[in-house]
Amino acid sequence: MRYIEPHAHMVSRTTDDYEKLAIAGCEALCEPAFWAGFDRSSADGFHDYFRQLTEYEPKRAARFGIKHFCWLCINPKEADDPGFAREVMALIPDFIERENVLGIGEIGLNKNTRSELKIFEEHVQIALDYDLPVLIHTPHLEDKLKGTKLIIDSLASFSKLDRSKVIIDHVEEHTAGMVLDAGFWAGMTLYPESKCTPNRAIDILEIHGTERIWMNSACDWGVSDPMAVPKCALEMRRRKYTESQIAKIVYDNPLEFLRQSPRFDL
Amino acid sequence: MLSKKELLNLQFIDARARVIDLAAFLDRLERHEGVGDIRLEYFAKALQVLQENRPDRAKAVLEVFSDMTPEISETAPFQGATGAPVS
Repeated sequence: MRYIEPHAHMVSRTTDDYEKLAIAGCEALCEPAFWAGFDRSSADGFHDYFRQLTEYEPKRAARFGIKHFCWLCINPKEADDPGFAREVMALIPDFIERENVLGIGEIGLNKNTRSELKIFEEHVQIALDYDLPVLIHTPHLEDKLKGTKLIIDSLASFSKLDRSKVIIDHVEEHTAGMVLDAGFWAGMTLYPESKCTPNRAIDILEIHGTERIWMNSACDWGVSDPMAVPKCALEMRRRKYTESQIAKIVYDNPLEFLRQSPRFDL
Repeated sequence: MLSKKELLNLQFIDARARVIDLAAFLDRLERHEGVGDIRLEYFAKALQVLQENRPDRAKAVLEVFSDMTPEISETAPFQGATGAPVS
């Protein structure tokens, strides 16, 4: 089964994981810029990180026949310090034109603060300035509902924003409807302990339909599984979904969204 | 979509195991010393939702565990999340 992994943090994963993804049928994966598990001490740390995303990871993925794309930003967790965040954002123009950069992401909120919101909105403006898609992280656990509402309210102030070029990620049962109803794309993250299990993700598809939605592993340095998407596809098969229904979610939909970036060639 | 019977055949054992695991978690908490915190109150509310006859229990449980306050702080008082609004 061919599929696209639209959200994976491969800098945190081993080369063995690339091999597993390739064996499972992964043709392309997309790596949003994110928190490294610790706060970087300077903007220089992000400069090196952006080089890793745009120079090193594409080569590592190519060894297994996987196309590697990335998104750039300062993640919401480190965006609570606006001064530091702006130093990092000043680096983005140096990298934004590189051939595997899809757009701005994963921006968003972490603890739903005014500082995070300010930096979120400045990122959205960068995406508008370069006419690129946006990938948005929604907060964890108890902060997700409030944060998702704040993000949607904030995006309403961007009159020129094309909502079909914005994906709001990590939706669950309490946020999927509001994201889709507002005209955005929705991403479901398959995690063993938080976010969605495969069966809950399939339930969300049954409740909200299969348009403007994808699923991802968001595998990183935490409890996560790079094989989550093919495992969810297996669960769909067990629930009697047809191969074309599965392909729509794991390949066609990501392709439709990602092709809006001029650099996504597959 | 699968019928109810087919779904039971496919997932009943897994769901049964999860319910027993929840029961064992509550037993474990009762056996251990000390006092709990407000997370247990949210947990009890979530368990009540499971008994309600409604089609959106998962959504309702997630809402039980969600921060519903309208305030927006200037900066984060702490990082990370605990699974229920504890502060």
